[in-house]
Amino acid sequence: MVTIGAIIYEPGSSIKNKTGSWRTFRPVLDNEKCVKCENCYIFCPEGCIQEDENGDFKIDYDYCKGCLICMNECPVNAITKVREEK
Amino acid sequence: MCEVKVITGTSAAAEAAKLADVDVVAAYPITPQTTCVEKLAEFVANGELDAEYIKVESEHSAMSACIGAAATGARTFTATSSQGLALMHEMLFIASGMRLPIVMMVANRALSAPINIWNDQQDSISQRDTGWIQIYVEDNQETLDSVIQAYKIAENEDVLLPVMVCLDGFILTHTVEPVTIPKAERVREFLGVYEPKHAYLDPDRPITQGPVGVPDCYMETRKQVEEAMERAKKVIKDVNEEFAEWFKRKYGNGLVEAYNLDNADTVLVAMGSICGTIKYVIDELKKEGKEVGLLRIRTFRPFPKEDVKEFLKDANNIAVLDKNISLGFNKGALGIEMASILKNKKVCNYIVGLGGRDIRIDDIKAIIDHVEKAEDDETLWVGLKE
Ligand code: SF4
Ligand code: SF4
Repeated sequence: MVTIGAIIYEPGSSIKNKTGSWRTFRPVLDNEKCVKCENCYIFCPEGCIQEDENGDFKIDYDYCKGCLICMNECPVNAITKVREEK
Repeated sequence: MCEVKVITGTSAAAEAAKLADVDVVAAYPITPQTTCVEKLAEFVANGELDAEYIKVESEHSAMSACIGAAATGARTFTATSSQGLALMHEMLFIASGMRLPIVMMVANRALSAPINIWNDQQDSISQRDTGWIQIYVEDNQETLDSVIQAYKIAENEDVLLPVMVCLDGFILTHTVEPVTIPKAERVREFLGVYEPKHAYLDPDRPITQGPVGVPDCYMETRKQVEEAMERAKKVIKDVNEEFAEWFKRKYGNGLVEAYNLDNADTVLVAMGSICGTIKYVIDELKKEGKEVGLLRIRTFRPFPKEDVKEFLKDANNIAVLDKNISLGFNKGALGIEMASILKNKKVCNYIVGLGGRDIRIDDIKAIIDHVEKAEDDETLWVGLKE
C-alpha cells in the first residue's frame, strides 16, 4: 500500500535503502599499494569510503554505486574495477 | 449583513482569499493577474489579512513556495496567468502528487508567440493533465464564491488535490461588477479550520514528503490521484449545495450548469464568461419562439462525463465552443472531450476568441445556424479574417 501522496511516515527509512545494488563495476582497493592520500575518501560522492582504526581505507559496498570516481582519482592506481557477478 | 462592492474579478479573488483566512500567499505578478496579488499585498500590509506574503522571483518559485507552505499545513493561495502558469507547469505536478490543497486563481490569457496579453483559455487548458481540479467561472461573483468553495473541495479528505479557479483575463479580471461579499466569520465557519492529517511537516513527527517513487509504487500514486478526481465530483456537488444553503447562491450542480435545456434540440457547450453572452442570445431567441440550450461546463477537471451524457441525451445539434486549440488535431479541448463522450451525436467544434478576438452576438447566432444545418461533425474557426 502506497500512502496518499507517497508519504513516508517512518523517519530514517533510507538507512535500509541500500544503493549498492545498482552497481555494474565493483571498485577494489588494495591497501598494499595505497599511499593514504585520502583522494578517494574526498571524491566518493556517496561518502562510502572510510578509514579504519589501522589507517586502512575500506569501501562500504552496501552504498557504493560503482561510479569508479575513486578509481580515477587514485594517484597510484590502488583501486581497480571488477565486473559484478550475479 | 453582507456587503456589496463593485469590484473586478481579481479583487473578488483576493477578497475570497482574505475571507478564507489564508496563511501564506506566494506570488509573482503577471498581466492580467497582477491586480489580484497587489490587492493581497495591500491586505497583508495594512493588517487586514494575517498571512505570510512571500515575494518570489518567478512563478516557478511561487508554486515551489506554495508547495513548501502547504506541506507544513498552511492554507495557501497564489495566482498566475499565461506564461506564468506555463512556467509553473513542472511544479503543478508536484503539488497534486504530494496531495496539497493549494488554491490558485488563473487569469486566463493567450500564450506567446506572438505576445498577447488578452483572453483565451489556452494557458489553463494546457495544464489539463497536471492533476489539478479546474473550475471555470462566468462572472466576478462566481470568482469569489468559487475560491471559497475551492478550499472546501481541496481540503476535503476524499480529495486533497489543488484547485485552480479560472476566470477570463480582462473580461472578468479588469471589469467591475457588483459582488456580494459574505461576512468573514460566516466564511470561516463554512470552511472550518484546516487541520491536515495526512501530510504536514512537524518537527515532532518527522516524515518524508515527495520521495523517490520507484517503478514499484509510482503507478499506484497516479491511480490515487485519478480516484481522488473521481471522488471530487461528488464533493464539488455537495460543496455547491452546502454553499447555497449558507450563502444563497449556487452554480448549476457544481460541475455543469444547464440553461434552457429542456426543450432544446440545439445546445451550445462552453466554459467561462462567454456563457453570459450565450445566455443573452438564448433569451433573445426564446422571444422569437426558438429554443436553444446551453450546457456550461464549470469543472473541466474532473470532467463531468456522466452529467454531460445525461443533460445532452435529447439534443441533436451540439455546438462546442472552445477558446483554445489543440494544434495538430484542429479541435479545442472541450470539442475533443465531447466527441469522445457523445459518440452517436453530431458534435461541431467552434474555435473562438483566441488571443482576445471578440465573440459577438452575431457570431453565436451564426454558430447556432451552422450547427443546425451541418450534416456531420465539423470544426470551424469563427471570426477569422479573410
Ligand atoms: S565507485 Fe563511486 S561510489 Fe563506489 S567507492 Fe568509488 S567513488 Fe564511491
Ligand atoms: S586515492 Fe588511492 S592512494 Fe589515495 S587513499 Fe584512496 S586508495 Fe589510497
